Amino acid sequence: MQLEFIGPFQIVLGVLARFWPVWLALAIVLGASFVYRKKLGLYGQLFDSGVGIAGVAICFFWLFTAMFSSTIAPFDPLGQIPIMKDALPGAIEPASKQVYLFGGDKLSRDVFSRMVFGSQIVLIIAPAATAFALMVGTTLGLPAGYYGGRIDTVLSFLANLVLAFPVILLFYLLVTPGIMDTPIPYGLAGLFFLFPIIFFATLFYTRFKNRPERLYPLLALTLIVGGWIYVGLVFDADPLGIVHIEPNQLNIFVAVVFASSPGVFRIVRGLVMDIKTRDYVAAAQTRGESPWYIMLWEILPNARGPLIVDACLRIGYTTILLGTLGYFGLGLAPESPDWGTAIKDASRLLRSFIHPALPPTIALMSFVLGLNLLADALREQSMKD
Amino acid sequence: MLAFILRRMGTIALTMLCLTMIVFFMINLEPNLKKLAISQLDMRSPAEQIESWLVKNGYRQNFFVRYGQWLGLVQKQPNIDPATGKATPRFSFCDEPAEPYYGGILQGDFGCSTKFKTKVSAKLFPALGATGLLMFWVMVTMVPIALLIGILAGMREGSRTDRALSVASITTTATPEYVSGVIFTVIFATWLGWLNGSAASATGQGITFYNFTLPVMTMAIYGIGYIARMTRASMVEVMTQQYIRTARLKGLSFGNVVVKHALRNALIAPFTVIMLQFPWLLTGVVIVETMFRYQGFGFTLVEAAGNNDIDLLLGCSLVSVFVVLSTQLISDIGYAYLNPRIRVQ
Repeated sequence: MQLEFIGPFQIVLGVLARFWPVWLALAIVLGASFVYRKKLGLYGQLFDSGVGIAGVAICFFWLFTAMFSSTIAPFDPLGQIPIMKDALPGAIEPASKQVYLFGGDKLSRDVFSRMVFGSQIVLIIAPAATAFALMVGTTLGLPAGYYGGRIDTVLSFLANLVLAFPVILLFYLLVTPGIMDTPIPYGLAGLFFLFPIIFFATLFYTRFKNRPERLYPLLALTLIVGGWIYVGLVFDADPLGIVHIEPNQLNIFVAVVFASSPGVFRIVRGLVMDIKTRDYVAAAQTRGESPWYIMLWEILPNARGPLIVDACLRIGYTTILLGTLGYFGLGLAPESPDWGTAIKDASRLLRSFIHPALPPTIALMSFVLGLNLLADALREQSMKD
Repeated sequence: MLAFILRRMGTIALTMLCLTMIVFFMINLEPNLKKLAISQLDMRSPAEQIESWLVKNGYRQNFFVRYGQWLGLVQKQPNIDPATGKATPRFSFCDEPAEPYYGGILQGDFGCSTKFKTKVSAKLFPALGATGLLMFWVMVTMVPIALLIGILAGMREGSRTDRALSVASITTTATPEYVSGVIFTVIFATWLGWLNGSAASATGQGITFYNFTLPVMTMAIYGIGYIARMTRASMVEVMTQQYIRTARLKGLSFGNVVVKHALRNALIAPFTVIMLQFPWLLTGVVIVETMFRYQGFGFTLVEAAGNNDIDLLLGCSLVSVFVVLSTQLISDIGYAYLNPRIRVQ
């Protein structure tokens, strides 16, 4: 049977039309941010430069795409319609009269829908893994930089140990299917996911230890929320059934956190070593504040500029790492619509069909580019101050 | 200086010891050993046969004994065939002596590759040579281009050239190898047909412009942006220094100032960055060699890891860790040498 096609111009229009919720949300958010940019602090200052606006717009674009995936995508990302095998872009699916805007892949799935749903996986795992890596790196980097000496030697040695691993080898060792039978991923997850709880508990304790009426509610909140998420993620035993993660996703998550925390550790350590020589730290020491109070409430807030920039870059880097995992077929399910897996599948067939390869590559590249532009604009702004 | 180098060498040795032990532990986990046994026997072997294969080939010995054997600190025992009572090699493609002997890394014996059915050294070192060739061409293209972009952008901060080049270098840092590889293959191999989308022929017939350009380009592009940005930052800093203003005020032309006064000082920082790019390139090598089917180190690593080839994977990790750590050392020494203001204690 012959497929019907629509022209290139109609494809472009069709794609633009499918993204309507994104355009709407972008217009509202960017418009509001632009109008109130004077009151929005660092975020508002981003709107002063073209690079900043571009970065914010691209990041928001993918954020909204991930949020509204099910509205944007016309097809199920895993659904196969045999007649559409390797269909060229613009082919009309006979049954529903919907269009395969970017064509079909070798398993006759809609490339456009897969790209849209792929953003969900990337935008959940990459920022979350970066947040955990920041927690781990900060919690370990603060004492290493502040105390120096033996604790610094040991922690730096461990960080360098992980950094000396080529990332790809680390992934091959940590993200093989067999490893899910051993307790290693769960052990590592149990260790890493403790850090946010420790971090926030210490944060509140050092600040409010003489004001129990503030301290106890905050501590209780930390322990309940942290413990709830902890139980849900590590043991997959959330009593309410809301927090849930697939074992293979947990494995990826742990591997990515493991690979990127030493980098954060190094940055935090360097920043702390620089900041601890400042006068206000000496003043706090003279006041008799505890070391952890100084680290968390005097040093850390003053290190936030470079850390925010690094976080942006690191989300981009984590996205690249996730793509690498997908490209080597590690961890993620073979039919998963994430960009790395899609690139892997498509790149094997480049000689015959190129259309399944381009959407995921451009998606990944644009998202990382958006984050890098954002980081660049943030850096410029923080240098002005 | 000598004490510093010696201490660093000690750290390197310690790191390599720790890392190989971790790798050794990870690839000897139960599921991985099962996978190896199944790949060596038959898909449908019963559990007892797998177990007896593992016992026969010594995979069931104590962890530290086996690690010691691999290192060369514990004697390897010959494999006695219970039927004949004679010593037979474990793997037909790898001869081993009939009496107990020390044969490990310290003796220069890397062991046997179960995947490629040969000695690890016979597989690993040619692969390293092939990758060295790739790395050489990548460096030859990447470094001059990156430095040129960085210098042009940093020469006049805030100019239009600067903005354009900065955005271009940010874009290249946002394209990992598997993305740029696909895009370049589509453009240059599928559409234009100028270049070969596979470097498989480079291994056998030698490299040509036709089959080697795409891998080199793909790898270089990711590093260019990063080095260029570092060069730009360093150049911008140098251009604001007093001695540049002095040179300008005494009437030197702008080009002269840049080449004679700024460049030398601005190139110290990129040197470190370029040296520290090696670990990064190592990951790139794996992706690019898999993508373009070039039989080098990265390809070997993927094959070893995918088939749980214990000795080969250990050899690969040893080599890569050594590369990473020694480039760090060289970059530190080189930095101190290039910048007389820094002296290592």
